[in-house]
Amino acid sequence: MNLRLKALTKSIWVYHMSTGSCNNCDIEILDMLTPRFDVERFGITLVGSIRHADAILVTGALNLKTLPRVKKIYEQAVKPCVVIAIGVCACGQGIFSNGPNTPDPVDSVLPVDIYVPGCPPKPEAMIAGIAKLIEKINAKK
Amino acid sequence: MTKLLFNFIVFPGLIFTAIAGLFVSWVDRKVTARIQWRKGPPWYQPLADIVKLSIKEISVPKQASRELFFLSPMIGLSAVTLVSTLVWLANIGPVSKGFSGDIIVIVYLLTMPAIAVIAGASASGNPLASLGASREIKMVMAYELPFIISLLVPVIKSHGLLRLSDIINYQAVNGPFITSLSGIIAFIVMIFCMQAKLGMVPFDAGEAETEIMAGTYIEYSGMLLAIFKITKAMLMVILPLFLITLFWQGMAFAELWKYVILLVVIILIKNTSPRVRIDQAVRFFWGKMTLLSILAVLLAVKGF
Repeated sequence: MNLRLKALTKSIWVYHMSTGSCNNCDIEILDMLTPRFDVERFGITLVGSIRHADAILVTGALNLKTLPRVKKIYEQAVKPCVVIAIGVCACGQGIFSNGPNTPDPVDSVLPVDIYVPGCPPKPEAMIAGIAKLIEKINAKK
Repeated sequence: MTKLLFNFIVFPGLIFTAIAGLFVSWVDRKVTARIQWRKGPPWYQPLADIVKLSIKEISVPKQASRELFFLSPMIGLSAVTLVSTLVWLANIGPVSKGFSGDIIVIVYLLTMPAIAVIAGASASGNPLASLGASREIKMVMAYELPFIISLLVPVIKSHGLLRLSDIINYQAVNGPFITSLSGIIAFIVMIFCMQAKLGMVPFDAGEAETEIMAGTYIEYSGMLLAIFKITKAMLMVILPLFLITLFWQGMAFAELWKYVILLVVIILIKNTSPRVRIDQAVRFFWGKMTLLSILAVLLAVKGF
């Protein structure tokens, strides 16, 4: 059991899902994956297919057009799979909290495991968030 | 019988080659990281990936053909296991092992992983996977032609020997083929074909991450994806070893540097070249590489 948990936390493949963001958080996510921050040290790699993902990075305030698609993508994800909300829009809708096109916050649709606020969050903040998530999973066992 | 099973499953076959392959794929990732001035993953990273994949659930798409979807990773893995047993035994066995014509069997078996990937991708019923499968088919047709033509060179130079261990013994007496002109040309052609067989970067159009997601592997998850990864890792051990056997007098355990040289060449090609389009790849293999391999065969017939 412990070995499995270790393997799970040592090899996190992330899938990048934008739910209608302004691209600022998306660019910062790409920044996090550059050689400067080298997240491959922790076994984190970007994958293109949701079937390979262990973590979904959600950015943007969920709008009406992406809402059914986000639900569909989460249903296609292979469990166990965690959801990480990146940026203030994904965490609590930010300036879009009263928007007519964004009725549902991300965490009302997906079971968000950890929130990384910021507009946009720095790559260091995202790495710290993932480290905290690993701590949380280890404490839960 | 038990010895044969041991050979297939434990020592030169499945388990040994899989562990070596996982180690080699770590070396690949680490060297890539060092080339890009990063630290790179720890040594247990490929193992952690495999263990993690094996505890995840396996999802099968609704439109998929279930039997083929589950069967194709096994086909690829069993073909590579057979190849690794044959090639290792020819290299480490002190007496002549194998059978006459095992080179032909190995050539057929080495095509099986690609066929398995194509079959699995087509069975998954995903449009992007079918796109990847069609690219993979074109790639197989492209690289098999120069691969088989340049495979004729060691056979011609050894006056028609078709057994791996015989070819090693012939080279031990008459010097390795790589020292001759036709041998070195055929060897270079084989290195490019090997790169394409491994699905490494210049020729990885079939699983291009940035265009068609993971292409052929897009619907695979869990243990099935892990089997595909292990197959690929084993190919990374076996293909260079096969080339060394044919052209470079085989490899005893003390001569690991031969393998290391080929591995460095693979990793350097991977890290210094961009992905080519599928039409460029086909033109490259059917044009330059085929002409070079025909030239090598003609030179070998003339005795150079």
